[in-house]
Amino acid sequence: MIEMHLQKDLFGTLEKKPTRDGFGIGLLEMGKINSNLWVLTADVSESTRTHLFAKEFPQRFVQVGVSEQNMAGVGAGIAASGKVVVISAYGVFSPGRNWDQIRVSICYNDVPVIIHGSHTGLTVGPDGASHQALEDIAITRVLPNMVVICPSDFNQAKKATMELIKREKPAYIRSAREKTPVFTSENTPFEIGKANIYREGTDAYIIACGVPVYESLKAANELEKNGISVGVVDCHTIKPIDRKTIIDCASKTKLLISVEDHQINGGLGSAISEVLTDERLGVKLRRHGIYDIFCESGEPYELLKKYGLDCEGIKKVILEELKK
Amino acid sequence: MVAEKIEDIKKLKLIANSIRQDVIKMLYEAKSGHSAGSLGLADIFTVLYFNAMTHDSQNPEWKKRDRLILSNGHVCPVLYSALAHSGYFPQEELTTLRKLGSRLQGHPHKGTLPGVENSSGPLGQGLSQAVGMAIVAKTEHQMNRIYCIVSDGEQNEGQIWEAALLASKYKLGNLIVIMDLNNIQIDGTTHEVLPLEPLADKYKAFGWNVIEVDGHYIPAIIDAIEEAKKIPHKPTIILAKTVPGKGIQFMEYMVEWHGKPPAKEQMEESLRMLEHKKQMIEAETDG
Repeated sequence: MIEMHLQKDLFGTLEKKPTRDGFGIGLLEMGKINSNLWVLTADVSESTRTHLFAKEFPQRFVQVGVSEQNMAGVGAGIAASGKVVVISAYGVFSPGRNWDQIRVSICYNDVPVIIHGSHTGLTVGPDGASHQALEDIAITRVLPNMVVICPSDFNQAKKATMELIKREKPAYIRSAREKTPVFTSENTPFEIGKANIYREGTDAYIIACGVPVYESLKAANELEKNGISVGVVDCHTIKPIDRKTIIDCASKTKLLISVEDHQINGGLGSAISEVLTDERLGVKLRRHGIYDIFCESGEPYELLKKYGLDCEGIKKVILEELKK
Repeated sequence: MVAEKIEDIKKLKLIANSIRQDVIKMLYEAKSGHSAGSLGLADIFTVLYFNAMTHDSQNPEWKKRDRLILSNGHVCPVLYSALAHSGYFPQEELTTLRKLGSRLQGHPHKGTLPGVENSSGPLGQGLSQAVGMAIVAKTEHQMNRIYCIVSDGEQNEGQIWEAALLASKYKLGNLIVIMDLNNIQIDGTTHEVLPLEPLADKYKAFGWNVIEVDGHYIPAIIDAIEEAKKIPHKPTIILAKTVPGKGIQFMEYMVEWHGKPPAKEQMEESLRMLEHKKQMIEAETDG
C-alpha cells in the first residue's frame, strides 16, 4: 500500500480550513508561475477566493458581473487566445446555470477552461436548498472532454487546482464553503484519476469524495472497535473514474458503499455502479448521499447529521447493509 | 501569405456571386440546412474575408490574424464557402457538407476544419467568446481585430446582452460585430416572435458605437467597417439590413426558407438566376 501521509493525530484535534481556501491558494500559486493563467468571476470573488489572485494579477482577472453564461463564453474566448482560464462562481450557478455554454463553448471547443464551483453540497448550510449544489457532478461528468474533481480537504483542493491548471484541458472542480478538518498533509499523494486508499478493509469498502471522506475515516475507525473492518477510498476524481481501484475493492469485499455530498443519482455512486456493471461484478453497492430530494436550511453539521453524511450516519448505513 | 485586400468592387461582387452558387450547391447536396441566412450574408462575408480582415489561409493559427467568430452557426455554408475561396481547404470539399466523415459539420466545429475559430450552434454563445478574445488582444496591446457575426433572432438570448455589457465595460474598440438584420426567425418575423426595435438605441444605450448599413451594398459595408476601425474606445455593432435568401427571387423574404434546402428544380433555377446575375456583373463598366 502506498504511504498516504495523513495527519498523525488523525482523530484528534485537526486544523479546520475550507476547500475553497485550498482552491484560492492553489490558484494564486499557479498565477505566480504561469503568466498565461487568467481568472474570471461572476461577482463572487471574495467568497470563491479568487480575490487572492485578483489582487496580485489584476491584468489577468476579469470581473464579468452576475452573468455565468457570459462568463463561460468569455472564458472560452480567452482560452482560445492561448491562455489557460479558471472561471469561478457558486456551483449552483456555474455549472448549474451555464451548462449549455460549458458544453459547446468550452467542451466542444476543447479549450483549457477550468470551472470552479464553490459553495457546493449540503455544507453551504443556512442558504437553503436553492443554493445547495447537489447535482453539479452529475451534469458535468456526462460531458465529453471533461474531467471532474471533488477534493476532500484543503490540501487536496490546493493540489487538484494546481494540477488541473497544469493540465490545460476542460475540467470541473467543486469546493465547499465550510471549514472542515485538514486530514491529509502536503505529502499526501494526489494524481488526477488515481483514487487514494487510506485504509484497507475486509468487510466493506467506503468509496467517498469531498467532505464525507473524513467522516468516513472516522466511521471506519469506530467500527474497527466493534470488530468490523472497513476500507476507505478517497475517490477525488469522479471522471475519469479510477476503474482499477474500484475493481480491486470489489474483489476484496462483498460490500461497497459510495458516500458523497451530492444526489445519489448521477454522481460518484452512479459512476461506481457503471464500473461494476461494465465489469459484470456481482458485488453489492449501496449508494449513500442525498436521496433525490431538496434539503433545507440549517447549520452545516446539523445538515450532515440530519441527512446521514456525518460519521454516525455513515456508520448506520454500513451496519444496515452488513445486517442484510 | 497574408490574404490580398481586394478593393475592386466588381471582383468582390463576383466572389459574392460565386459564394451564393456554392451555398445553393452545398445545401442541395446536403439535403438539409439553412438557405435564407447563408445567402443573405454572402456580401458581408465577401467583404470580411477579401477586403476587411487580415488573415492567412496557409497559417490559420497565425497569432496576428483578425478573427471571425460566427455566433449564429447555422449559416455556416456561407462561412465554409468563404474559407474555401480563401484557400483554407479545397473547394471540392464543400459539397461534403453535413455528410458522414466530412470536416464540414452541420454546425461549425473548431478543430475539425482550418479557419473555423469557434464551435457554434446554440445561439448567443459567439459574442461572449469574441469579447473574451478582444479582452486578451486589448490587454496585450495586440493590433488585430475580433469580428463577430450575430443574427437578429439571436438577440432574444439573454447572453447576448450580458456580453454587450462586458464589451462596453472593457471599451473594446477592437471588437466589430455585424448583425444580420434580416427580420426572420424560425417561427415568423422577428417582430411577431419577440420585437427587438429600437435596436440601434438599445446598443447605443449599452455604450456601443452603432452603424446602420445596407448589408448587400458592398461599398457601404466596406465603409462601415473602415469607420468602425477608427473608433478606438468603444465596441462597434454594424446593423446590416439584409434580405433573407438574397439573390434567389423565390426565397427572398420568405420565412419558410430559414431552415430549408433547395430541391433539384429549385437548385437548377437558383443557379440559372445566379449565373445570369454573374453575367450582368461582368458586363458592368468599371468604376
